Amino acid sequence: MFRFRPRHPLSTPPAEATGAAAAEAPLVEVSDLTVEFTGSRKASAVNGVSFSLPKGRVLGLLGESGSGKSVTLRALMRLLPPRRSRIGGRILVDGQDVLALDEKGLAHYRGGIASMIFQEPILAFDPVYTVGRQIAEAVRAHDAVDWATARARAIEMLEHVQIPQAARRYESYPHEISGGMRQRAMIALALSCRPKLLLADEPTTALDATVQIQILLLLRELQKEFGMSVIFVTHDIGVAVEVSDRLAVMYGGRIVEEGDLAAVVRNPRHPYTAGLLASTVTPGLRGRRLTTIPGAPPDLSDLPQGCAFAPRCAFASADCAAAVPPVRAFGQAGRLACFHPLESAVPGALGPGPIAVPTA
Amino acid sequence: METLDATMPETILPVGEDRGGPAQPLLIVEGLTKRFPIGGGMFKRAQAYVHAVEGVSFSVAKGEVLGIVGESGCGKSTTARLLARLIEPDSGEVVVDGETVGTSDGMSLRELRRNVQMVFQDSFASLNPRLTVEDTIAFGPRVHGVSAKEAIASARGLLARVGLAPAQFAGRYPHELSGGQRQRVNLARALAFSPRLLILDEAVAALDKSVQAQVLNLLLDIKEDRALTYLFISHDLNVVQYISDRVLVMYLGEVVETGPVDRIYSDARHPYTRALLSAVPSMDPDRRTLEPPIAGDPPNPIDPPSGCRFRDRCTFAAEVCAALKPRPIEATPGSGHIVACHMADRISGHPRSA
Ligand SMILES: Nc1ncnc2c1ncn2[C@@H]1O[C@H](COP(=O)(O)OP(=O)(O)OP(=O)(O)O)[C@@H](O)[C@H]1O
Ligand SMILES: Nc1ncnc2c1ncn2[C@@H]1O[C@H](COP(=O)(O)OP(=O)(O)OP(=O)(O)O)[C@@H](O)[C@H]1O
Ligand code: SF4
Ligand SMILES: [Mg+2]
Ligand SMILES: [Mg+2]
Repeated sequence: MFRFRPRHPLSTPPAEATGAAAAEAPLVEVSDLTVEFTGSRKASAVNGVSFSLPKGRVLGLLGESGSGKSVTLRALMRLLPPRRSRIGGRILVDGQDVLALDEKGLAHYRGGIASMIFQEPILAFDPVYTVGRQIAEAVRAHDAVDWATARARAIEMLEHVQIPQAARRYESYPHEISGGMRQRAMIALALSCRPKLLLADEPTTALDATVQIQILLLLRELQKEFGMSVIFVTHDIGVAVEVSDRLAVMYGGRIVEEGDLAAVVRNPRHPYTAGLLASTVTPGLRGRRLTTIPGAPPDLSDLPQGCAFAPRCAFASADCAAAVPPVRAFGQAGRLACFHPLESAVPGALGPGPIAVPTA
Repeated sequence: METLDATMPETILPVGEDRGGPAQPLLIVEGLTKRFPIGGGMFKRAQAYVHAVEGVSFSVAKGEVLGIVGESGCGKSTTARLLARLIEPDSGEVVVDGETVGTSDGMSLRELRRNVQMVFQDSFASLNPRLTVEDTIAFGPRVHGVSAKEAIASARGLLARVGLAPAQFAGRYPHELSGGQRQRVNLARALAFSPRLLILDEAVAALDKSVQAQVLNLLLDIKEDRALTYLFISHDLNVVQYISDRVLVMYLGEVVETGPVDRIYSDARHPYTRALLSAVPSMDPDRRTLEPPIAGDPPNPIDPPSGCRFRDRCTFAAEVCAALKPRPIEATPGSGHIVACHMADRISGHPRSA
């Protein structure tokens, strides 16, 4: 297990860090990221998100629809519409200040350092070119190689993502291959320049269960092999469990809880995380009434003043409505933003176990 | 969800009477088949057919929840749409409480619409954007001759029943609702017909987990107090296990296995069912999935494999699997657990059948 620095998870290493310290420096450091949409639909989509991710680790980003997961990833990729959004805070990836990159820096960063895969692979591909050519083009954009070399690399990549008859598939157009195959091809495209960071936005949500598990295992394998760091966005706890080392739970544009995967899943401390786990349908619940969280997720154009979860939270007090709870270190390597965290020991939190007592 | 105002009427159309008695299945489907022509233009003959639903047969007892699972494109929605007669079958029979649908002495389509209602995944597409919530719900009863005043009163009762305060929600338009709220309105709209069978096609799929649990509880409550029968189609195998009494597994347009939920989830016999169930992501960080249970994508429904349609992805495929279509066999006598695989058929000649 890697060591997370619980006291100063947000601190950035000084520029003149020594070699040893630099080796320990996380690959990704996001501090106090905010994203506001300023167009006709105003929304505070991300409201002070901070996390860091060491090299070679996988962070699962879990949260309900509209909690700001995709916007966080798009900010990391600098894919937000510049005229209609305002980004604040700092994003460091592999030592680069992502929000300060110019066009040229961005071109190298995208694909070369960080790459993204989406739920709908059709968006990643241009329908008028073959899949293989688009991968070869990506290779050539980052490496000064001739077409033959780029082609060979692309075919190698297609083989790598377990596409049968890769040389033949090189000539296929995106619409000519199945959904699972397209998803693999998109992964090949994203990994063709060996990025250090892969941003995955629900890449398996649209797939069948049998294909989904194939893709999840493939990603796990490639991540290890390439030593990549991955941020994997999902709203499905099972998917997060299959791929992540650490888990961050988002609500209302903030990370409300973060920690080691097993710790968060087995022993959630934030009432929202606990509620989410308890209301997830798992085997063995048959015949029992499901535990629910009352109400609905917040409106991001009109967030409550205090904790965004307060209106739905069984433990909310006057404090919670008055101010946003600060993010604090919790346990060995976790962080939490709650005035009334749940006590430990909810055995089998994945099920309607006894509800934990809030600490005062 | 509690009824917010118990004095409001929820039902105004009478529920269709129980004709066949408790032993008569509410629904019997026999040999249902639908092929979609493709590649044919207006003046051209169709070049090929999508074999969407092929000889599907099953029955659903009164008050039962039948879950339908299977990969994308295996024909779940087409089956549902055939049952609700949103599309015409090429062949096959649908019998609702003893009455054959669409025959002169059977059940008319108008009666069918009353008895069988559907709720879809896309809560936006199935609501008219220009109708308020209460008008949407009142629409069905009005078509069936209920006065506007009565229909609106019952719409408000139904809104309360699905957990939406009428005073707050009756006058809203679909775009003024959250996904969970829209899905509740859809449910109320379907219930306004006083149906006996409700087909729920991915009805909770688009909802957030915390809201999904609310809607599932509501579905079970409503089923209880209205003696409803559900056909529950979903990709979420955990949800299907939770809500279903029996489960039907489809592969490429055909039924491969059906039986009581516990037997399917603990003792599946068809290799496809087993693969499907072990593809469910683990919820335990210490027991992650190590091997994908099945390779490849589902094959093309335009040109399905001969014999057993699963054979090109099946690790147990033998010669007989290419030659003959497996017949439905009861896994254990009297269990109601039926599987269509040559390995379960003693006389199939499959090396593993014994
Ligand atoms: N381009 C945009 N302009 C205005 N608002 C936007 C834009 N993109 C996203 N938003 C808003 O930002 C909020 C966060 O959206 P985001 O896409 O990050 O949610 P998410 O957590 O990824 O949800 P989902 O699970 O549904 O994908 C939402 O309220 C969304 O409507
Ligand atoms: N109107 C249509 N015309 C042509 N083909 C169709 C039509 N409707 C469905 N199909 C095809 O019939 C097959 C079965 O589709 P169906 O929608 O029933 O699958 P499904 O099991 O509901 O899938 P999903 O899980 O993705 O909803 C698919 O191959 C589909 O492409
Ligand atoms: S019939 Fe043959 S191919 Fe089909 S599932 Fe059984 S063993 Fe496999
Ligand atoms: Mg998203
Ligand atoms: Mg469907």
